[in-house]
Amino acid sequence: MPQYGFYFDSSRCTGCKTCELACKDYKDLGPGIALRVVYDYEGGEFKASGSAYSQNVFSYHVSKACNHCELPACSAGCPSGAISKDDNGLVYIDPETCIGARNCVSACPYSTPKFDEEAKKGVKCDGCRLRVEAGLKPICVEACPLRVLEFDTIDSLRAKYGDTASIAPLADPSKTKPNLVVKMAPAAKPAGDSTGFVANPTEVQ
Amino acid sequence: MESVVPNKLSRRTFCKTSGLALLATTGGVSLGTMFGCSPKSQGDSNAKEAVEAVVWSACNVNCGGNCAYRWRVKDGAIAYMEADNTGDTALQARACLRGRSMRRWINHPDRLKYPMKRVGKRGEGKFEQISWDEAIQTIADKLKYTIETYGNQAIHKIYATGMYSATGNPSARLLNCLGGYLAYHYDYSTNMLSAAMPYFYGDDFSPYDNVYASSFSEAAAHSDLIVMFGNSPAETRMGGANATWDFARVREAVVGRGGKIINIDFRLNESASGSTDEWLPIRPGTDAALVAALAHEWITNNQVDLDFLHKYCVGYDEQTLPASAKGSNKSYHDYVMGSGYDKQAKTAKWASEITQIPESRIKKLASEIAAAKAPFICQGWGPQRHTNGEDTARAICVLPCLIGKIGLPGTNTGQREAEPPTYLTGSLPAGDNGVKVTIPVYQWLNAVDHGKQMTATNAGIKGGDKLDSDIKFIWCYAGNCLTNQHGDINQTHDILADESKCEFILVWDTVMTDSAKYADILLPDAMRSEQMNLTNQGYSEYYTGVLLGTPAQEPPFECRSSYDVMADIADKLGVKEKFTEGRSHDDWVQYLYEEGAKDAVDLPAFDKMKEQGVYKKTLEPACGLKDFRDDPAANPLKTPSGKIEIYSEQLAKLAEQWQLAEGEAINPLPLFTPGFYGYGSTTKKYPLYACGYHHKARTHSSFGFLDLLQQAARHEIWVNPIDADPRGIKSGDACSVKSPHGEIHVAARVTSRVIPGTIAIPQGAWHNADMAGDKVDKGGCVNTLTAYRPTPLAKGNGPAHSMIVEVAKV
Repeated sequence: MPQYGFYFDSSRCTGCKTCELACKDYKDLGPGIALRVVYDYEGGEFKASGSAYSQNVFSYHVSKACNHCELPACSAGCPSGAISKDDNGLVYIDPETCIGARNCVSACPYSTPKFDEEAKKGVKCDGCRLRVEAGLKPICVEACPLRVLEFDTIDSLRAKYGDTASIAPLADPSKTKPNLVVKMAPAAKPAGDSTGFVANPTEVQ
Repeated sequence: MESVVPNKLSRRTFCKTSGLALLATTGGVSLGTMFGCSPKSQGDSNAKEAVEAVVWSACNVNCGGNCAYRWRVKDGAIAYMEADNTGDTALQARACLRGRSMRRWINHPDRLKYPMKRVGKRGEGKFEQISWDEAIQTIADKLKYTIETYGNQAIHKIYATGMYSATGNPSARLLNCLGGYLAYHYDYSTNMLSAAMPYFYGDDFSPYDNVYASSFSEAAAHSDLIVMFGNSPAETRMGGANATWDFARVREAVVGRGGKIINIDFRLNESASGSTDEWLPIRPGTDAALVAALAHEWITNNQVDLDFLHKYCVGYDEQTLPASAKGSNKSYHDYVMGSGYDKQAKTAKWASEITQIPESRIKKLASEIAAAKAPFICQGWGPQRHTNGEDTARAICVLPCLIGKIGLPGTNTGQREAEPPTYLTGSLPAGDNGVKVTIPVYQWLNAVDHGKQMTATNAGIKGGDKLDSDIKFIWCYAGNCLTNQHGDINQTHDILADESKCEFILVWDTVMTDSAKYADILLPDAMRSEQMNLTNQGYSEYYTGVLLGTPAQEPPFECRSSYDVMADIADKLGVKEKFTEGRSHDDWVQYLYEEGAKDAVDLPAFDKMKEQGVYKKTLEPACGLKDFRDDPAANPLKTPSGKIEIYSEQLAKLAEQWQLAEGEAINPLPLFTPGFYGYGSTTKKYPLYACGYHHKARTHSSFGFLDLLQQAARHEIWVNPIDADPRGIKSGDACSVKSPHGEIHVAARVTSRVIPGTIAIPQGAWHNADMAGDKVDKGGCVNTLTAYRPTPLAKGNGPAHSMIVEVAKV
């Protein structure tokens, strides 16, 4: 069984959120739920030196959907067995089986599954698995104006780009073994970084 | 490359059931045959992917990108958008977050649905539905009355940029059929720069070509240092074939070979995201002071290129000053070294106080630029959009002159990255305007208020000495400059609300903008994706192309094509034949395409193009002013001297001839002057500077009403912790921002991504105030805070970025 995953190049990402809005358009989502989000992660400060200022400010973005983990915490914690992997290794929720227990929402270290208050079901990025089955890319990938996202078998992505998956503010990859490869921007920090903060919490909740 | 074949059965069903028979005959269905690419088969016919049709269209708002839309259409309605995934990956005109939200605009419940007439006071936004016939008759009657009573000069087609499409805006064509209208010169994007740069680089100067600027591809090929002043393509030119993508490749090429990028801006903009060491924070509106200090460093260290300055430029030192300026210490050298003008040496220490950049950093920057073999120095259009913008725009261009780095591989002219020179197909011809006098674009409100007092020397009127009439009829098609995107909304409201001044306002839009509330007649337009549409590549990228779109769905309710409505107005006034030349809207699209295809031999036949949707072609890199550099005698600039005029004798004459208000100046040299509401103008009541910027959630004000975008990219002011902490402001707090001109309420983001002492306010948010009550703008529109005080030379919108304010929690 192939295992697909995402590649994300943080050195090019400008935080434009086209990936997020392309997903919302395709999945017909309103303002309440986003299946792909973009973090603004920043740190540093200005220090007065006379009438001028020196600074060590940094900022970068992380676009995050589902990482379709090797050890999906969402699936492990689902009491109804509604979350499984498809033939391409993409983790998805079966809405027929989902009882809306919300365990996935709290279990995922990446805060990927959301709770749809209207349907009373969990929802998450399924890697556009029907598109993938049809030979297409997930809608976000070809949307990116900066060609930041790629989607392929994780083996191919790692052969091409290495195996870095640790980037703040995302969780430490040792927890769930995400099928994610990241290119670190010069300003990017590894997971667990304590020098910065998420500057747009209300945009990614 | 991925291609998609629509399910054949579904396609037939669509054509049968949708009622859009047009699609069946226009080839609105893409078969994925672009660039000889064979379609892939699809497995799952039940999947959402098995849509009935793929229909091309183009984005038409004013970021200049003109990105490609590939609509997936189901049951006669747009279902969702697919990216432009055709052809060379590097040329794919992938729409940005706003383009990907266009379906929400098209299908929004707030679309204007019927023609309406005003029933309340002007600006109240109270309307009543009327018939198309009544609307058209009223407009025709008002045009006739205005022309007979006041003359064609009393009709003004106001600056409006919400429609970039070859046949999208026939307004000028119709008005010219009636004898013409009062037109404008310059535009709101490059207002101060467009007015000032011809005095520096000559009369042929344009900010929109590849003659006076180099392309980003030139930088990618040859530069070792990129210096950007207020230029953030990641926020202004966001599409997948726009400058944001070009710039990503510039960075990778330049940094990849050991070069560097320096991004000078008052905020850590998104173009520096991830590479934030590139950011050099500066107080807004002080770029010319930094330039003078760099000049001082280079002069002191013998790093200026005197041969270049003497051969190619006027006014660097005494030797090349015009006779009228000789002998009185009027050169740029005198200004910089303190032997002329304010007698202040422009040392790094002097500039540090003004710019907030440490003295050592200014000196380091001077060394870095001087050491570069091929520095690419450029400016966005933010620095010029200040009250001192006319001098700032020129000052930045002095930098490459001082070191002789113009017209050589990998260098630039100090202007923004070049735009494509080639437009393969034309637009609906506007015809000849019988009114020869024009006003500076930002002066329309003064011309409503007191047009007859405006002259060439007191108001920048061109094509005549003065105006013969105030503006009595405003024609506003697809624009929001009546209020939202103009200066000082509160003052503007008062002038527009007075019906004895402007007697009739026509607004044409798709949703109820703030400007639309001021309409006397308000018309509901059809979206471009609801009509056939033709577009070239935009101006914010560097390739050439054509997009041909077909209707993806029918216009809702009584929305109509503007061309058809204008043809009906023309009919009422007896000029229908002149207006249409016997062509329908779609006939014009085909005619314009086929005329273009005569010269551009690669363009496919019209029917083939309707299937293909988009045609693209790369362009060779361009090096600005290369011809002039190679042979200045054979290729002189269109300045009086034929050279680059650092000192402009023409401006010296204007400074004597023009009537300027107290405190205003036109400077022959690009000096640093603080400008109105610039450096040093803060007060106890308004102790902070504020500066606008372009925000990813909107193209100017376009898309500004979509909740989806408002949530994904929030409208927030940026406040540095150094300013927020003493005011008790935390991220997410609702704040009041007050200027001498108005008050907005807006959420704060406390962030060190903005320089201390200045508040960053994203422009384009929709004004939302009780104009009969407290006028506090809950929408957070920046122009509630700006002044309406046109700049000295351009008479332009410099106050857009020059503000003083106070911020408090509410």
